[in-house]
Amino acid sequence: MNITQYIFWFLSFLALLSALMVVFSKNPVYSVLYLIITFFAIAGHYVLMSAQFLAAVHIIVYAGAIMVLFLYTIMMLNLNKETEPQKKTYIQIIAIVALGLLMVTMIGSIKGAEAAQPIADAAGIGTVEKLGDVLFNKFLLPFEVSSILFLSAMVGAVYLSKKNLQ
Amino acid sequence: MDPLLIKAIIVLIVFAITLLVATYSTWGERKVAAFLQDRVGPDRAGPAGLFQPLADAVKMFMKEEIIPSVSNKWLFVLGPCISMLTALMTGVVIPWGGELTIAGQTFDLQIVDLNIGILYLFGVVSLGVYGIMIGGWASNNKYSLLGAIRASSQMISYEIAMGLAIVALVMTTGTLSLKEIVQQQDAGFANIVYQPLGFIIFLICAFAETNRAPFDLPECETELIGGYHTEYSSMKLGFFLFAEYINMFVSSMVIVSFYFGGYNFPFQHEIGLEGNILTFVQTGFFFLKVSFFVFFFWWVRWTLPRFRYDQLMNLGWKVLLPLALVNIFVTGLIMYFTGNL
Repeated sequence: MNITQYIFWFLSFLALLSALMVVFSKNPVYSVLYLIITFFAIAGHYVLMSAQFLAAVHIIVYAGAIMVLFLYTIMMLNLNKETEPQKKTYIQIIAIVALGLLMVTMIGSIKGAEAAQPIADAAGIGTVEKLGDVLFNKFLLPFEVSSILFLSAMVGAVYLSKKNLQ
Repeated sequence: MDPLLIKAIIVLIVFAITLLVATYSTWGERKVAAFLQDRVGPDRAGPAGLFQPLADAVKMFMKEEIIPSVSNKWLFVLGPCISMLTALMTGVVIPWGGELTIAGQTFDLQIVDLNIGILYLFGVVSLGVYGIMIGGWASNNKYSLLGAIRASSQMISYEIAMGLAIVALVMTTGTLSLKEIVQQQDAGFANIVYQPLGFIIFLICAFAETNRAPFDLPECETELIGGYHTEYSSMKLGFFLFAEYINMFVSSMVIVSFYFGGYNFPFQHEIGLEGNILTFVQTGFFFLKVSFFVFFFWWVRWTLPRFRYDQLMNLGWKVLLPLALVNIFVTGLIMYFTGNL
């Protein structure tokens, strides 16, 4: 095994372990912190796949912005054992069934998928230049449409958060 | 020599210089504050109080370390560590000077020239808030928590305007590498000529991101005792305070590299300096420019009163964000009509 493989195994281990800890932690603040570690491990995977741009954006957007907001909200909520909401049994059963269905779908799709072929020109495929070239030439319309989708989501969030909007 | 060894030496030098500058920033700030308020300032330890930072450091290490019994121990220790770590990590992509030739080998005065240097910088800055948030929350003190919450909302708000200011800069320079940005300013004018509005937005956001006055609400002592570091003592408090000074130094370096030509100075190729001497003079000029901005940070602190929290949010979201968007739009229009697309 060369060094890249060692790093790959280490990052995978870290990602899976911290992802499990997100679920199993009693304290929601710990969950958020473990989720941040998971994001870092995944960003490491992006770097291994020579997609530095994706890694940087992943860190900035997820670890740097979204998780700060998560942490912010959870700190404000002041959750502890006494105030933890207890869900009714039938809701728990529904959740388990829904998760099981999702898992079946995922297993089916993974089983049917073919193994990804390594790309011949792998070096520098994730650089800003390559990504921008593809995004603004080949996929310009989907890119613009998705930005409009984001805009509508933003407008919707602002609308919902305004309490006294007539 | 082994290139890896050279890199290691550069890393060590940058680390040492950053710590030294941050240490003496504390002395400089107190001297400037004293001057602005018609006082003498620290003058007991050594000539002109020059050993004051050393005395402070000894004091910090010698004080009793208190970890509150109701706090979250691990996270309480982790907070200052993250603050310090992220503060030191930002200096990696800064170009300190041109090329240096020693024993026939040429190497750059920069730790590493990432092709996504700006994004790296931005990513590390956006992580800096975790130190404050975790530290403030783990203290299990309502004032600390309020400080941490203020810090996080403030940083998120100003990061957006800062990022958009950088977008306009990236549009005109066409690169994300700090070294290339600095080299372009050698050939043409400094970027401040092309991006005056972007510079002002970036500067204001830099004040907010480093938690410096007039945006130091996370540690607003009149309302929150000490803000997020109320419960901290000894060197853990020192780390928080020290990280702020390092951030100030690094922000100044970034401002100089982005908008004021980095290590370049006017007529540098006409005055007949070459090779290593030119590089040393360049680094000298770089430090001169950086010193001015560090001084500017102190100057503003002792000139402007602190913002109120709603004013801070209004400034971030209703003034700086639209201005940054207008800046991008105008930059795009000018680039389109002058054919620099």
